Amino acid sequence: MMISPITRVAFEDLSNRILGQLEPGEELNLSLSSEASQFVRFNGPRVRQAGRVDDASLEITLFLKSEDGYRRATAARTLTGLSYDDRRLTADALQDLRGMIRELAMDPHAVPPQGGQSSTRETAAKLLPEESATDTLIQGIGESDISGIYSAGPVVRAMANSAGLRHWFSTEGWNFDYSIYTPEQRAVKATVAGLDWDASAFDRSIAHSKAQLAALSRPAVRLARGDYRVWLAPAATGELLGLLAYGTFGEQNIRQGDSAILKIREGRAGFSDKFSLREDFSYGDVPRFNDQGELSPEKLPLVEDGAMKNTLINQRTAREYGLVPNGANRYEGLTSPVISGGDLDDADILARLGDGIFVSNLHYLNWSDIPGGRITGMTRYACFHVQAGKIVAPIENMRFDEGLFSIFGDSLEAVGRRLELQPEVMTYFMRHLGGARCPGLLLSRFKFTI
Amino acid sequence: MALEEAIGAFQKSELGRRSEWVGIREVSETRRIHSARDGKPESNSTSMSRGAMVEVLVDGQFGYASTPRLDIESLSAAAERAATQAESASRWAVHRFTQAQRPPTQARYRSPILKSMDSMKAGEIGDLMIQITERLKRSPKILKASAFASLDRLITRYVSSNGSNGEQEQFLMTADFEAVAQDGPVVQRRTNGGMRGRSYQGGWEYLYADHLWERVDRVAEQALELLTAPECPDETGDLVLMPDQMMLQIHESIGHPLELDRILGDERNYAGWSFVKTSDFGQLQYGSKLMNVTFDPTVENEFASYAFDDTGTRAERHHLIREGKLVRALGGLESQARSGIPGVANMRASSWNRAPIDRMANINLEPGNSSWDEIIGSIDRGVIMESNRSWSIDDFRNKFQFGCEYGRRVENGKITGAVRNPNYRGITVPFWTQLAKVGNLATTETYGTPNCGKGEPNQVIKVGHRSPVCLFKNVEMFGGAK
Repeated sequence: MMISPITRVAFEDLSNRILGQLEPGEELNLSLSSEASQFVRFNGPRVRQAGRVDDASLEITLFLKSEDGYRRATAARTLTGLSYDDRRLTADALQDLRGMIRELAMDPHAVPPQGGQSSTRETAAKLLPEESATDTLIQGIGESDISGIYSAGPVVRAMANSAGLRHWFSTEGWNFDYSIYTPEQRAVKATVAGLDWDASAFDRSIAHSKAQLAALSRPAVRLARGDYRVWLAPAATGELLGLLAYGTFGEQNIRQGDSAILKIREGRAGFSDKFSLREDFSYGDVPRFNDQGELSPEKLPLVEDGAMKNTLINQRTAREYGLVPNGANRYEGLTSPVISGGDLDDADILARLGDGIFVSNLHYLNWSDIPGGRITGMTRYACFHVQAGKIVAPIENMRFDEGLFSIFGDSLEAVGRRLELQPEVMTYFMRHLGGARCPGLLLSRFKFTI
Repeated sequence: MALEEAIGAFQKSELGRRSEWVGIREVSETRRIHSARDGKPESNSTSMSRGAMVEVLVDGQFGYASTPRLDIESLSAAAERAATQAESASRWAVHRFTQAQRPPTQARYRSPILKSMDSMKAGEIGDLMIQITERLKRSPKILKASAFASLDRLITRYVSSNGSNGEQEQFLMTADFEAVAQDGPVVQRRTNGGMRGRSYQGGWEYLYADHLWERVDRVAEQALELLTAPECPDETGDLVLMPDQMMLQIHESIGHPLELDRILGDERNYAGWSFVKTSDFGQLQYGSKLMNVTFDPTVENEFASYAFDDTGTRAERHHLIREGKLVRALGGLESQARSGIPGVANMRASSWNRAPIDRMANINLEPGNSSWDEIIGSIDRGVIMESNRSWSIDDFRNKFQFGCEYGRRVENGKITGAVRNPNYRGITVPFWTQLAKVGNLATTETYGTPNCGKGEPNQVIKVGHRSPVCLFKNVEMFGGAK
């Protein structure tokens, strides 16, 4: 059984000890990330690497009050879960911060710790035993040429501050993010995830992916450059949303010229009335609190029927520009986004597409012009040429270069009714949580360039 | 001695007796970051990440377990977990590995450094960041001015049951600043090289290197200049890439495609794989004969220099591409054993909590013979591009599209003015085949970046790239959003 290196009791004890060391004028914010993770990486129906990661990190932000305002400095330390070691590590970190903070300039945008409603949410799950997980997965995969990674174990996010606020969020879960290949190395991509291990969900996902491979056996066609009608399947929409997640709706980025939303604010562009986007924490798979402990609204509409309703505003941005914060994280990124479903049923997608391209997945998206709102990227995996509402052949991958306000604006012809969860499988620095919920998008025009 | 004793304690256990090899890599990374925006402090932080990665070989399979606990008992327990992982995976191993993939090393390495982490106080650097942003904000049209500096001290100690006892101490410095200018609907951003490109091994001395204040003034001036500059023309023609953009071009269209784990399919589900096949080594003409590319972890001050990789393999300089022909892969000892392709010492991990995989280190394009004047003088009509701002390439590393911050028009052998939103696109081998001139040593500059992402689980790693100015023919170029 895997256990997070830092338990709730240990965090409470450690927090109380650090906060008890504060001197007059000092205020403190603590933010914890902790996990125990099993990772099994596959290439072919074989194991490339298998291992276990135990990790915990505490970020300590010290605020020092003076007549003119606050100074602010941050220290992060790896925690061991051994109480004596962690007390010493954090006491040393606090001393380092004290040594540093008096040298620093005043920070007029600093927002010291605030009180508020504390929370505790703990979700336990029954995972595959570590020692038999590989056997179970391999048996489910069979002899298929598969590539991907199984991740499982507990994840913790928690915070505490000197204003008395405490949040604890712990969850357990697993996901298997994979792609499955034909002998010609064309692939179908899928992710299956859950809390308790679910053998039937795993088997269904593998069987569904194998069935989809059949359509990839035909020779691929090379498309000419130009504009095409396209269906962006939910996973492809999720890739677009992944690009938008990094600050596009952040107030700070908009004000500092680093977001395409500036075009909307200046009245030079707009979204389609078919497009609605919200932050939605009601699913409970990510913490509602940010690293300063502020709670997001359970649902925060960003775009409603094409009209901008809110941007993401954290406390620091709010202080700088005289706004009201709405629980955004430090990067003002999307945390639990949902694009509202439309009226296009799965059964009608190919007929409505008519002649065009069915795009299952996109890859390596980036802004080719942020202020201009233009995005480039590639098609990937199972993408098909469709004629008269029927799949004709897979396509060779194509590069696109298209405007944000074309994709979610002028060219948005219909939105799929069914939302699909795109689980967050990123593991940079730590296992990420949650995911995006997206429908597919039918576009009347999408520019392929090379 | 805790590492050695932990190995000894583990080897006495039942699992330990069945294990063929065990190694422990202890990593301690201390970092300071200082940043400012618009004359105000943005962030002043320190961090200390410390822990150990234990690898165990059982029945031809490596298993790993990381732990932040560095006492003998905890390290030995981590070895037990790693052995359990190895044992359960060994029946399905992609290859039966041996100790030969973990050669013993006793090497020592230390980055050259002039100004150590403690030689400058936090307040001193914090104030410098503020001063840079104040100087950048030379016009009301500068919407945003920011500055950033970080210095890491990364200590790696590596011991193993077959005699490794190596230690490396790397000092890793990154500094950057940017100005964002706006005039009505036009917004332009200019940084000090793009991609946090001014990343070197060394200390705070790099803060002031290369005439800091002249660079600050130039960044602000060019951000303002771009507001009124014409769009980069949509045309196919001569493209000159400055070394800070060559960094990205080399990274994406040479470095990643030559990673042997991609070629073997390990990365298919995430970063992708490669158009390069194992049969291409020694055969494929990757580009023009002017193209000589090396893996060189021995360059002083380049960002990814080291004495041994995270498997203990001794790091040496090798040609990857010689006179345009592909000769060697970016693959460590595991990938070499699986493929039989010659490789390099490049199995690297981002930290103590990740296992090593095939990565770039310093991947450099060797200087040629052309002077700057010869390159520019040879162009009838073309564009010079510098400092990356946008990058995207397909999962086989063929079709790319890159954008730069700053462009300059060249007409009849002379630079005639700035152009904004310069972009270009191409396909890897045809693009490198169109390499027409390679600048000499005088045009060569060294850059690096701390942000190369890859792997499952994901890892971010530091890489270096050194390149001269280069001229490419018949490249499709274009401007910004219409």
